[in-house]
Amino acid sequence: MPEPLLEVKDLRVQFPTDDGVVKAVDGLSFTMAAGETLGIVGESGSGKSVSFLTVMGLINKKSAIIEGEVLFQGQDLVQMSNDELREIRGPKIAMIFQDPMTSLHPFYKVGDQISEMILAHEDISKKEAFNRSVEMLKRVNIPQPEERAKQFPHEFSGGMRQRAMIAMALSLNPDLLIADEPTTALDVTVQAQILDLIDRLQSEFNTAVALITHDLGVVAEHCDHIQVMYAGKIVEEGTADDIYYRPMMPYTWGLLRSLPRLGHDTDRLTPIAGAPPSLIFLPDGCSFSPRCPYVFDECRVIEPDLLPIDGHHAARCLLSLEDRERIVAQEILATP
Amino acid sequence: MLRYIIRRVLWAILVLLIVVLITYMIFFLLPSGDPAVRLAGKNQTPQLLEQIRQQFGLNHPWYIQYLLFLKHAVLGDQYGWPGLGLSFISKVPLKGIIFSRIAVTAQLAIGAAIVWLLVGISVGILSALRPHTVGDRTAMGLAVLAISMPVFFLGPLALYIFWFKLGWLPGTGYYALGQYGFGTWFRHWILPWVVLAVLYAAFYARLSRSNLMETMSEDYIRTARAKGLTEKRVVLKHGLRAGLTPIVTVFGLDLAALLGGAIITESIFNLPGIGQLTVQAVGGQDLNTIAVITLVAATFVVFANLVVDILYAFLDPRVRFD
Amino acid sequence: MSAVEATPMREKPRSGEPLLRLQGIVKHFPITQGIVFQKKVGAVHAVDGVDLEIYPGETVGLVGETGCGKSTLARVAMRLHDATDGTILFDGRDITRMKGENLRAVRRDMQMIFQDPYASLNPRKTVGTIVGAPLRLHKTVPKNQVKAEVQNLMELVGLNPEHYNRYPHEFSGGQRQRIGVARALSLRPKLIVCAQPVSALDVSIQAQILNLLNDLQDEFNLTYLFIAHDLSVVKHISDRVAVMYLGKIVEAADGTALYTQPKHPYTGALLSAVPIADPNLAKTKKRIILEGDVPSPISPPSGCRFHPRCYQMRSLDPEKQERCQTDEPELVPHGPGHIAACHWPLDASIIDALAETDPGSSG
Repeated sequence: MPEPLLEVKDLRVQFPTDDGVVKAVDGLSFTMAAGETLGIVGESGSGKSVSFLTVMGLINKKSAIIEGEVLFQGQDLVQMSNDELREIRGPKIAMIFQDPMTSLHPFYKVGDQISEMILAHEDISKKEAFNRSVEMLKRVNIPQPEERAKQFPHEFSGGMRQRAMIAMALSLNPDLLIADEPTTALDVTVQAQILDLIDRLQSEFNTAVALITHDLGVVAEHCDHIQVMYAGKIVEEGTADDIYYRPMMPYTWGLLRSLPRLGHDTDRLTPIAGAPPSLIFLPDGCSFSPRCPYVFDECRVIEPDLLPIDGHHAARCLLSLEDRERIVAQEILATP
Repeated sequence: MLRYIIRRVLWAILVLLIVVLITYMIFFLLPSGDPAVRLAGKNQTPQLLEQIRQQFGLNHPWYIQYLLFLKHAVLGDQYGWPGLGLSFISKVPLKGIIFSRIAVTAQLAIGAAIVWLLVGISVGILSALRPHTVGDRTAMGLAVLAISMPVFFLGPLALYIFWFKLGWLPGTGYYALGQYGFGTWFRHWILPWVVLAVLYAAFYARLSRSNLMETMSEDYIRTARAKGLTEKRVVLKHGLRAGLTPIVTVFGLDLAALLGGAIITESIFNLPGIGQLTVQAVGGQDLNTIAVITLVAATFVVFANLVVDILYAFLDPRVRFD
Repeated sequence: MSAVEATPMREKPRSGEPLLRLQGIVKHFPITQGIVFQKKVGAVHAVDGVDLEIYPGETVGLVGETGCGKSTLARVAMRLHDATDGTILFDGRDITRMKGENLRAVRRDMQMIFQDPYASLNPRKTVGTIVGAPLRLHKTVPKNQVKAEVQNLMELVGLNPEHYNRYPHEFSGGQRQRIGVARALSLRPKLIVCAQPVSALDVSIQAQILNLLNDLQDEFNLTYLFIAHDLSVVKHISDRVAVMYLGKIVEAADGTALYTQPKHPYTGALLSAVPIADPNLAKTKKRIILEGDVPSPISPPSGCRFHPRCYQMRSLDPEKQERCQTDEPELVPHGPGHIAACHWPLDASIIDALAETDPGSSG
């Protein structure tokens, strides 16, 4: 069995603040294989972004307590120095962010910003780096790439800026691309363009992609494997079919029932009661217990483990498998 | 861009006209005695007063005097171009005086500017990069202290300590470079430069600190780090460039205002600049000089505004004029 | 497996006159240039001729992407901008050029809920002040009863009335949006314009607010103009949906017709682009990826505004293509309550499963 590309083991990231310690990531473990597309779904405060910022080493070590292991191609990124991490950022792991307008430096030309990244890691001439930038812009379908490379970010539209970011991220052919809510700030047709582009480039470059989003639809359409995060932990993971047709965790049920979905008509949505928990004062036992309609006494005391249901499907819940299957059949999938 | 510049220049001219107009209005609306009497001195005969009024144009209504002033300024008078007339007090053509006075004020302003830019911005940058440390808090505390010490307090205090008590530095007065050589010239400038710079350095330290801190929390800094750039490059090329650009605007205006006369500093250190001239002119009801100084100072400010705005367009590609 | 049997969309009988009638609304923002005197050299065609009717008690959804003019249209309807051309009839009265006290009286009947619950509430004022402000301003309730009424409103929207004296930052995003709803409701308006009210909220909170809006509509017989860019949200809450592109309405339909039988290619692209949280449905969806960006509203394309990006056009013969490039299509009927502006409309559904499950479709 080939070594996984990325192996995260019991990652914990805590931020001490004046009000208390924020447990942003609270025991996260998962693996990613080379070339895989992993979808990470969660709402605000779920820890989805912080976990991958930690993988990239972009969390300030002075303001956070990081425990656990992040093994990338066998090496533990948590233990690495900044210099070592810098050599990985770009050529091995690249990241694109949510808002392409603010993620690009407003004062420098787009082509130069891409060249800068290439030059930081490869010993080539400026001209050659610029040519490669233009080439990358072409590969992300930006028309007239030579002229565009000499323009500034504010002269690009939102979709084009995100394409430029993708071009920059892939310019050194990384093994892993982390996309943190790459389409949230974009219009829906532009979103489709960008996700389509990421799909295509992924197979061209054979890159693994970690797609972080709050949109259950996006991961359904684009991801091989999906993780649902809540309060800093994975509460369910599986293939798309597992998550949408055999969900086994009440939070996932809640999400599916509260979404207005094309093709699923309901007169009334069933929201999840309450609000996401404070990451400083996490509830005892299962973090979802205060909002769970199926809660029972043990849930408030014992924290459930992420237990496998079959080879690729796991969920974190104290309800018995039979009970969950029954609820799914009777309430979640049945016609409302 | 050209259209923009033309428009700005036209507005600038309008502003200058209004500024001088207001100066004349204030002078004549405030009760302060008859300038002709001042000019006449001890022997005030009615004939002498009338003669003086004729000579200095004081027999016209104030708005005519204003228009005459403008006419002479633009077209020149018997003393040359621009026609700035005579000082009422010294009865010397202003044209010569003004330029030599500006030279002194410029030395003061530019010298102090170099000091405050170097000190203020460095301190600001260091503080921003190490926020909430002892060093940062000390620096910002000192900055607040410096802002609380005005020049009229700091000046005499500095003279007292460094000249009177310690004798390290010479006292007041201006010693031109050409006449006295570099050493003397420079030593006499140290105190005035530092005293004037203290307040500005403190402001600029605080300003650079907050600008840079805000810049360093921007998304594009995170992208720069994600690209695997060295921290040095992230700070210098991505951080400073964006964080310090707004300071250009502030600096341009501060410098321009100072060129119009650092009144208190020049008075304390007895420097023959525009500021000192202003004090004398106002005290002596020297309308002509007051008008000229006002025009000069306003020109500096208006011109600086325009330069700074255009410069900003070169620094920040998002700014565009049409 | 998927939830298959579609319950019919809320059917509201259309009676009498429309509450809001927009006729030929045009809103251009001028672009000026000049040295001393600014002269107009162009304009941003934000809204370029829109007709819209909203009947009492119904919800009309307005969908479109950036630059389509939906937000501008809403503001013009509320008289927050003055229309460049066209008429606004509210409750039978022409309010297009109304001013002063008359306009203020009309404002009591139309209110707005905004998108950003963090930016639309004054952080220096308490909830009580914020929700009570309209009451105090319009004096609809005697001064000594304002507090009681505000607390009543807070309860109606699901907030604890004891939090009357708290500040916005003490509430979560969803709660802040509830405050916005309470504020909009305080004057018991007839029309509420919801300007993307759930876009900035977490998924699990969106549903709460949508349910709240539905419940309040039933209880107070409200009429909604619901603006959003999320087609699934709009479908859930609307009786009628209109799609805007570059300042014009390109398609509008009652009920689910827009979703089962879109006629305009842009609508088709929008539907295809919406990610469906259902892998099997997603696989059967027709994939339509538009090229390029939305053109600038300063100089809209000639003929049909969508033609430079239209995939449908590209599949046609050159003579037919020419019509698209030169002739701007009119909104024509394509079935009961369904209008679209296209010379060569679509003839199939984008999401087949949707069409199959729709009891009203011809399949």
